[in-house]
Amino acid sequence: MTAKQKNSLIELLASVQLALFLLFLLSTTAIIGTLIPQHAQPALYSQQYGPAAARFIQLLDIDDMYNSWWFLSLLTLFAINLIVCSADRLPRLIRLLKRDNLATTREQLERFSLQRAMDSPLPCDEQLGHLQSIFKEHGWKAQERRTESGAVLLFAQKAPWSRFGVYLVHASILIILVGAVVGSPAFARKVLKNSDFAYKGFVMLPERAFTDHVVAIRQNQPINLGFMLRCDQFHIEFYDNGMPKTYRSQVTVLEQGQEVLRTEIEVNKPLRYKGVTFYQSSYQPYQNYEIQLKKQPDGVTSTQIIPPAQETHWEAGGISYGIINRERQGEVTRRVKLWLHDGEGEASQLWVEMGKEVVIERPSGQYLLNIKQMYATGLQAAKDPGVWLVYLGCLLMLTGLYAAFFLSHRKLFAHVQENGPGCRLLFAGTANKNKVQFGHVFTRMADKLQQR
Amino acid sequence: MDSSLLFGFSMIAYILASAMYLAGLLFKAPRFNLAGTCLTIGGVAMHSLATLLRWQETHQVGSGHAPLTNMYESLVFFALCTALLYLFLEYRYKMRGLGAFILPIAALIMAYASFSPRIDDSIKPLIPALQSNWLIAHVVTCFIGYGAFAIAGALGLMYLLKKRGAQQRENGLLPSLASIDELTYKTLIFGFLWLSAGIITGAIWANEAWGTYWSWDPKETWSIITWFLYALTLHARFTRGWSGTRIAWLSIVGFVAVLFTYFGVNFFLSGLHSYGAS
Repeated sequence: MTAKQKNSLIELLASVQLALFLLFLLSTTAIIGTLIPQHAQPALYSQQYGPAAARFIQLLDIDDMYNSWWFLSLLTLFAINLIVCSADRLPRLIRLLKRDNLATTREQLERFSLQRAMDSPLPCDEQLGHLQSIFKEHGWKAQERRTESGAVLLFAQKAPWSRFGVYLVHASILIILVGAVVGSPAFARKVLKNSDFAYKGFVMLPERAFTDHVVAIRQNQPINLGFMLRCDQFHIEFYDNGMPKTYRSQVTVLEQGQEVLRTEIEVNKPLRYKGVTFYQSSYQPYQNYEIQLKKQPDGVTSTQIIPPAQETHWEAGGISYGIINRERQGEVTRRVKLWLHDGEGEASQLWVEMGKEVVIERPSGQYLLNIKQMYATGLQAAKDPGVWLVYLGCLLMLTGLYAAFFLSHRKLFAHVQENGPGCRLLFAGTANKNKVQFGHVFTRMADKLQQR
Repeated sequence: MDSSLLFGFSMIAYILASAMYLAGLLFKAPRFNLAGTCLTIGGVAMHSLATLLRWQETHQVGSGHAPLTNMYESLVFFALCTALLYLFLEYRYKMRGLGAFILPIAALIMAYASFSPRIDDSIKPLIPALQSNWLIAHVVTCFIGYGAFAIAGALGLMYLLKKRGAQQRENGLLPSLASIDELTYKTLIFGFLWLSAGIITGAIWANEAWGTYWSWDPKETWSIITWFLYALTLHARFTRGWSGTRIAWLSIVGFVAVLFTYFGVNFFLSGLHSYGAS
C-alpha cells in the first residue's frame, strides 16, 4: 500500500460521508430482522418463503441477523469510523482551545459579527475597572493583557469544554459497544473460551428443589453457579378481575450446605448474587397439592403432598381426606373441593382457596388446614460483566448530547486604547452555537457599557 | 366528574383550537389565532387534570399506578406532550401560525384514542411486568421525544407548503422559511435528547425485568432505527450544511419512523413489548 493510498483510506474512514452512509445502511438493514422471524426452526423459513429464499436466509444468517457476520461488520466499521473521525478532528479542537486568545488583535476583533466600537470619556484604567465589574456582574471572569502599544485586551469565555460534547457522544457509543462485547455470551464462549465469564441461562426449579447450575440458552450447556439455589415456595396472586398481580419465588442461597441468604424474586425485582442475576421469568404448575394440617387441641401437625382424587389417611390426626373437585384457570388451580372425615357423623366437604387457612370443626376436634398447589419456578440467570460499561456509556451519552446541543462556547473581548483624555473601546463577542441568544446577551452588555 | 369526560372536553378544545388556527391561517386574521391559543391552554389544563384524575381512579382497581400503561393511556399522554410542547414553542418563539399544523395532530390522536374500536379505554390493574418505577421514567422520556418529533414533522410540512405557496402568494401569518428551518432544527435536537433518554431508560428497565438490556426485539430495533435516522439528519445538517427542504423532508420521514415504532410495531409485528397493543 503506497502512502497515498493509505492516506485516502484514512480520509475515507474519517469522513462524515461514510458515517452518513453507515447510519443509512444500519437503519435500513435493521428493518429486515423485524420482518423476518429470528431464531426460528429452519423448516419454518422454507415453509414460509420457499426453499430458495430459505437457502438465502441461511447463507446470510438472516435468521439471526443481528449476530450475523455482515451486520457485526457494519457495526465494527461504524466503530472504526467513529474512532478515526474523532482522532482526526480532536487535535484541531485542542489546538483551537489552546490558542492564546489574549493575543487577538484589534483588527481581528473588527471582523467579528458581534462587535461595537465606542468612545469613552473615562481614562483607560478607570474604563478597565468598569469593564471588569460589568463582566463580573454578568458572570464572566476576565483576564487582561497590556500590549506593547499600550492598549489592553480583556478576554473571558464560557463553557469551552462544551466543544467536546460531540466527541463525548462518540466515545459513549464506543464504550457501550465495548460493554456489549464484554458482556456477550458469544464473546465469552468463542474468544475467551470461558462460558462462565458471561452467559444467559435458565432453570426450572420445582419447589423444595436445589440447583447448582443453570442451562445456557440456545447452547443447552450446563453452567455451574458455584453456589446452590433452592426454591422454597412459589406464589401467584391475582386481582379480583382475574388478571395476574404477582409472581413471587421465595428462594435460599446456600454455600457449602450453609444457608447464606433467604430472599424473594419477583418480576422487576431480581436477585443479584456473586455477579449472577436471577429473574422471575415463568412458572410450571404441577397437578399435586401440599396440604398442611394441624389438629387442636392435640397440636399434632402433618404436611403431605397429594394428587387430586386420592384418599389419604392421617393416622395421628385420626382423619382421612382427599381432593374431590378443582376449579382451575388453565393449569393454575384457584380452589379445590376437599373431603375430610374423622369417622364420626357426616364427612365435611368444602371449597378451599389456595394458600388461605381454613378451620374445620369436627366432633373429634378442630382442624386447621392450608392447601397450596405445587409449582416449579422458571428463573432466568444472567451474568453480564459488561453492563456497567454500558450504563456508564449511557450516562456519558446524555451528558455529551446535552453539552453538544444546549451549551455553547462563548467568548467576549474588550480592546481598550488611550485616546486623548478618554479611551477608545472595542467590544466583541463570538459563540459557536445558539448565536441569536448570545447576540441578545452581547447587546445587553454593550448597551450597559455605552450608558456611562 | 370522571376522567374520560374531561379527556372528551380537552379533545373538543383541541378540535376547536385547530379550527381557529386554520381559520386564522386562511382568513389571515390574528384574532382567530388568539382564540386558538386560549382554547389550547384550556384543553391542556383539562387534559392535565384528567390525567391526574385517572391516576386517582387507578386506585379503585389495584394499588394505583401512573396512567401510562396501555395504548389508550399512551395515546392520550402523547397528545398532552404534543400540545404542551406546542404551547411552550408558541410562547417562546411567538409563532402562532404553527398551531394550524400541530393542534390537528393533538386533536386527531385524542379522537383516535376515544373512538377507535381497537382502543380499550378501561382502567386495568398493573400486570407484574409493568410494576416498576422505570415505567414513569421510560414512558415520559419517550413521549416527550415523540411529541417533539410530531412538532418537527409538522414544521417540516409547514416549510414545504410555505415554500410551494411562496411563489404564488405571500402568507404573512406563517413564519419565514429561515425561522421555520431554525425551529425545526431546535425541535429535532430537543426530541433527539429525549428519544436517547427514552431508549436508555427502556434498556435499563429491560435489564431489570428480563435480564438483558438489548434483545433486538422489534420495538427496540425500530427505536434504534428511528435514532439512526435522526442522528443522520443532525449530522447532515451539522457537517454537510443541509437545511431547508432536505431537513424538512427528513423531519417528516423521521416522524413516520416514530409512528411506526409506536403503532406499526404493535399492530404488525410481535414481540416482548406488547403492553401498548390494546
